[in-house]
Amino acid sequence: MTAVNPKGSSLNHHILSVLVQNRPGVLARVASLFARRGYNIYSLAVAPAEDEGMSRITIVVDVDTAPLEQIVKQLFKLIDVVKISELDPRRSVERELLLATVRVDVEHRSQIVELATIFEAKMLAVGPDAMTVSLEGHPDKLDDFEELLSDRGIVELQRTGRVALPKLDRGAHLRVNTPNSPRGNTKGTVR
Amino acid sequence: MTRMTGAQALIKSLEMENVDTIFGLPGGCILPAYDPLLESSIRHVLVRHEQGAGHMAEGYAHVTGRPGVAMVTSGPAATNLVTPLMDAYMDSIPMVGITGQVATGAIGTDAFQECDTVGITRSCTKHNELVMSADDIPMAVRVAFHIATTGRPGPTLIDVPKDVLENEMTWYWPSDDEVKASLPGYRPNTKGHPRMIKEAAKLIMQAERPLLYVGGGMLKARAAEVLRELVDLTGIHVVTTLMARGVFPDSDPLNLGMPGMHGNAYTTTAMQQSDLLINLGARFDDRITGRVGSFAPHAKVIHVDIDPAEQGKVRKPDVPIVGDCRLVTEELVKEIIALQEGGVAQPDLGPWKSRISGWREQFPTTYEQSEPGNALKPQFCLEQLRELAPEGTILTSGVGQHQMWSSLHWKFEEPYTWVNSGGLGTMGFSIPAAIGAKMGRPDRTVWAVDGDGCFQMTAQELVTATVERIPIKVALLNNSYLGMVRQWQEMFYDERYSEVYLSTEYPDYVKWAESMGCVGIRVESPEEVAPAIEKANSINDRTVVIEFRTDSNEKVFPMVPAGRSNDDLLVHPTQTAIRDRLA
Repeated sequence: MTAVNPKGSSLNHHILSVLVQNRPGVLARVASLFARRGYNIYSLAVAPAEDEGMSRITIVVDVDTAPLEQIVKQLFKLIDVVKISELDPRRSVERELLLATVRVDVEHRSQIVELATIFEAKMLAVGPDAMTVSLEGHPDKLDDFEELLSDRGIVELQRTGRVALPKLDRGAHLRVNTPNSPRGNTKGTVR
Repeated sequence: MTRMTGAQALIKSLEMENVDTIFGLPGGCILPAYDPLLESSIRHVLVRHEQGAGHMAEGYAHVTGRPGVAMVTSGPAATNLVTPLMDAYMDSIPMVGITGQVATGAIGTDAFQECDTVGITRSCTKHNELVMSADDIPMAVRVAFHIATTGRPGPTLIDVPKDVLENEMTWYWPSDDEVKASLPGYRPNTKGHPRMIKEAAKLIMQAERPLLYVGGGMLKARAAEVLRELVDLTGIHVVTTLMARGVFPDSDPLNLGMPGMHGNAYTTTAMQQSDLLINLGARFDDRITGRVGSFAPHAKVIHVDIDPAEQGKVRKPDVPIVGDCRLVTEELVKEIIALQEGGVAQPDLGPWKSRISGWREQFPTTYEQSEPGNALKPQFCLEQLRELAPEGTILTSGVGQHQMWSSLHWKFEEPYTWVNSGGLGTMGFSIPAAIGAKMGRPDRTVWAVDGDGCFQMTAQELVTATVERIPIKVALLNNSYLGMVRQWQEMFYDERYSEVYLSTEYPDYVKWAESMGCVGIRVESPEEVAPAIEKANSINDRTVVIEFRTDSNEKVFPMVPAGRSNDDLLVHPTQTAIRDRLA
């Protein structure tokens, strides 16, 4: 049921930053919840968080498959889920990393180098008929870069899925999910 | 510092949780846990199939409110427990499953009787855990019981590898604070939001056509008494869903009984016409709502549920209240009293009540008695059973026509006397659930109503009942068919009967019952019904099975065809001519 959609850059995508207890199987619990309820994920990134014993899972969800409120509430029923923050894309910093190997002969290599330079991508490896580049940045920028690269023939591509944190300017607001509010949602402020 | 094995710690932890009964079946990986059981005060009921253990645990939990415990081994035993776990999850039954697992070093090697129990049961438990160290056993047990019994109750599972059971540990019993600290993401909200409760009270005082739509959550919250207060205070009719039967006495004229797909015509219609549904612990199940878009179109909704995810899942409430049904209803009663004392009065509910009485008089849930010489009517058998049942009888049911007839024709007078599989609809639930219920309430008579299809799925547990001396009574309504499926094929598939006929000859239920140590009685004519039931009621040292040979053509009415609006409900054929008065 759960499909990972190729692009998460639609204007009304929703980013959930989910703080979980770092227990065995926690990622499987989150993933199987999405599968079981028929919710779609654009991307998912997970790594240890600042608190010991906690991990942060950044999920970009497709709200066409279910109302966001229902997704958040179902997620919060997982015992290992400690906190859910819905990040507004306009008030968050979002980053993603892209690695791509492009087929290119020596003759045309400069075109890729030029493209990489414009995007401030890094050239990681160069071979006689291919090169590997990396780009870190906003997912939209990665989309553009990927599209231009694909004209040249991408051999392999890997993106990390986005990670995000709230913007710091003017105490950006985010919605914090707590079980004590009548609908499970209240406004909170970032520390 | 008391040193003990993990197995001893497991059994001791269960004792600390006041477990008095375990339903289970031993095997390779769980073997170490069965050894200290010999010295334990806990009674173990040895089942014939692990599914039986799970349903027994559910039946036990249903009637006692305490978590039922099922303990089985790894692999096939764990997978056999999956159905009861899912059943308990759907019906919010507190239950703790304990499964053996292959030794930690063998996990992942496809060892004998290995399966990914935690993975398999992830989506059919509220929480589960693979315990990787003997030291962790007491905490795992405490957490499992805590989660199973708090918030929205549900099943939990602890998977314990064999070497973890064998290894030594130093005994300790975690404190409440330690349990809470280990679960930073689990803080069920039990107290409703005061502003929302005020809002709800206001709506109740304004409604002209209100209904209390009461679900299983009220039983889980043990809120029958405060429900009575609320009804006495407001005079509002009560609708009791399949999971809530018994929470309010059927003898009270304000109880409208079960709504929905096979609900009373007057009950379903009252919901459709209501202007305020006060949902206390129900979840707008599809069997209640029919087509959601046309369900109770004029009604505002107050929804009280301890699970925030139920709010707005199916029907968007006007007033959502997340909290324990009992605590919230208590506050609601206080608010209504305050409003009444402040001079606020409800509108005259007279016109609404007389509409309901009109529907009720013209469209009673009914059946036609069989002609002499013809097969028995199942409803008649159930009515006789009810007439003759000792006070406080607990009724369990399987799934299908007999379940709907039980809910419709039985008169429930007290809470926790009705045990059935509502959400998952698990055929074969009745007999093991009855055994579990009898273990939980040995002072009560427990009647298991069953169909012939259901009976054949779990009848082997009658051996358990005999050998373990847990006498129950079984009313087997044998119509030789998978009756509910047959009904759908008759009504919606042009009478094309596909694979629904079981057999009129086989098995011989009387012989089968006798071979399992039960008293077997066959009943074929109406005059035999009452004497057979009386005989069964008089036998209390053995399990009794009465096989009623019933009419296979009999159908459950009323009925809302699947996917249709509740406005399109089909009344009993004898009422079809006046169908248009139901509006």
